[in-house]
Amino acid sequence: MLQVTDLKVNYGMIQAIKGISFTVEDGEIVTLIGANGAGKTTTMHAISGLLKPASGSIMLDGTELTKVAPHKIVGLGLAQVPEGRRVFAQQTVEENLSLGSYARKDKEGIGADLENVYDLFPRLKERRGQLAGTLSGGEQQMLAMGRALMAKPKILLMDEPSMGLSPLLVSEIFHIIEEINRKGTTVLLVEQNAKRALAIASRAYVLETGTITLSGTGQELAEDERVQKAYLGG
Amino acid sequence: MGFLSYLINGLGLGSVYAIIALGYTMVYGIAKMLNFAHGDVIMVGAYVAFFALNTYKLPTVPAVLLAVLVCTVLGVVVEKLAYKPLRQATSLAVLITAIGVSYFLQNGAQLLWSSSPKVFPALVGNGSLTLGSLSVSYVTLITIATCILVMIGLTLFVNRTKTGRAMRACSEDKGAATLMGINVNQIISVTFAIGSGLAAIAAVLLCASYPQVFPTLGSMPGIKAFTAAVFGGIGSIPGAFLGGLLLGVIEIFAKAYISTQLSDAIVFAVLIVVLLIKPTGLLGRKLSEKV
Repeated sequence: MLQVTDLKVNYGMIQAIKGISFTVEDGEIVTLIGANGAGKTTTMHAISGLLKPASGSIMLDGTELTKVAPHKIVGLGLAQVPEGRRVFAQQTVEENLSLGSYARKDKEGIGADLENVYDLFPRLKERRGQLAGTLSGGEQQMLAMGRALMAKPKILLMDEPSMGLSPLLVSEIFHIIEEINRKGTTVLLVEQNAKRALAIASRAYVLETGTITLSGTGQELAEDERVQKAYLGG
Repeated sequence: MGFLSYLINGLGLGSVYAIIALGYTMVYGIAKMLNFAHGDVIMVGAYVAFFALNTYKLPTVPAVLLAVLVCTVLGVVVEKLAYKPLRQATSLAVLITAIGVSYFLQNGAQLLWSSSPKVFPALVGNGSLTLGSLSVSYVTLITIATCILVMIGLTLFVNRTKTGRAMRACSEDKGAATLMGINVNQIISVTFAIGSGLAAIAAVLLCASYPQVFPTLGSMPGIKAFTAAVFGGIGSIPGAFLGGLLLGVIEIFAKAYISTQLSDAIVFAVLIVVLLIKPTGLLGRKLSEKV
């Protein structure tokens, strides 16, 4: 589904991503774990077009994303839940969701997906007329996820969905990620909460200061001594 | 002249400021830049309307539409040529460029049409509506009505259409808007197009009240409207209307009751006081983010 090859991204004068390669296959949950500043968000932004890579290739089902205009990427079936949620605070919940389907033209499909999102997040339905800025952090995270689902993506990129949430909400968010995946959406997940991420991931990569240092199945990495020491507090 | 007629004349003048202020506030809201050449787009609109009416003898409505069309294209072209290459540049570079565009347009107009003022033809005659002791010119009434129509139309556009919602999304977060599939460059073009088209309407209304067309015609109304936009809260569409109307009323009252010479100083003094008390302007949003 997604194939990243020798990706290099500069952030100002700094080379933030120093040539990484990884793949995400159909139906998988793949996670990139790593410390703050390892380059996780930079990688996500390069894939979704918000940052232009210095070199390398990002292929989505045979399309070279580095050659596609940033706003056209979502139409190819790749949506992102950005770090910090970035919901449109001055617009209502429903307006945010409708912006999620901005690139789509199939009116009926959009209506059906709106109902699906409301089924997945009943809280959003209750607050459909409320301004997104008045929602709690957890609700904003759900809105950001719902908004991305409204694009009907083949692959969903999620950047730190658990950040700043209470443990209870974190569990809820991770359950929802699994459910989204079960319904057929491939997921690329970036997390600082390595324990949780590895627990649901089919495969995982460890990113350290712009390079991938380890990879394996979620379980393999969760049992890896180096990973336990560095990221799992063991 | 009594209080009521001053008030109505103030609202008339304020309506023109409000329509111009929209151009400033929308461009600021979306492109985060102060387009100091906006006043000069008014001037170009005034010349186009003048030539259409005077030289080519077009009826009023086609003449206004022609001015709107020319200004819309001018606004989009200026954005593409002068501002778009600076999307990643510092805001100071963009500001200086905007001032450069302003001089370019003013001097271009002087070169093409000379600096001597041309007399704008009367559009609706000098008639006025008289109710008892109150007498209001048709021009003022048309100006206020136009402002109300623009306000309703724009509010509907921004809140009810897909493009309008995309504009609001861009004004909040361009990155997130891009993730939604919104073409931010296209939305910026649309914003310049609307602002410049409105500037042409303002030009005709302005010239209907003050019938002289000259190359620096847009400077003073431009600065006043910019003040109105800041007064109401720059970036806010209702703020531009409120700021514009208030500024017009304050200006006319200051002229009528205090001093004609000091009226502009009083207008700016009120602005300073408002900004001291509420730095974001009357309807400006406080910038706060939830983490």
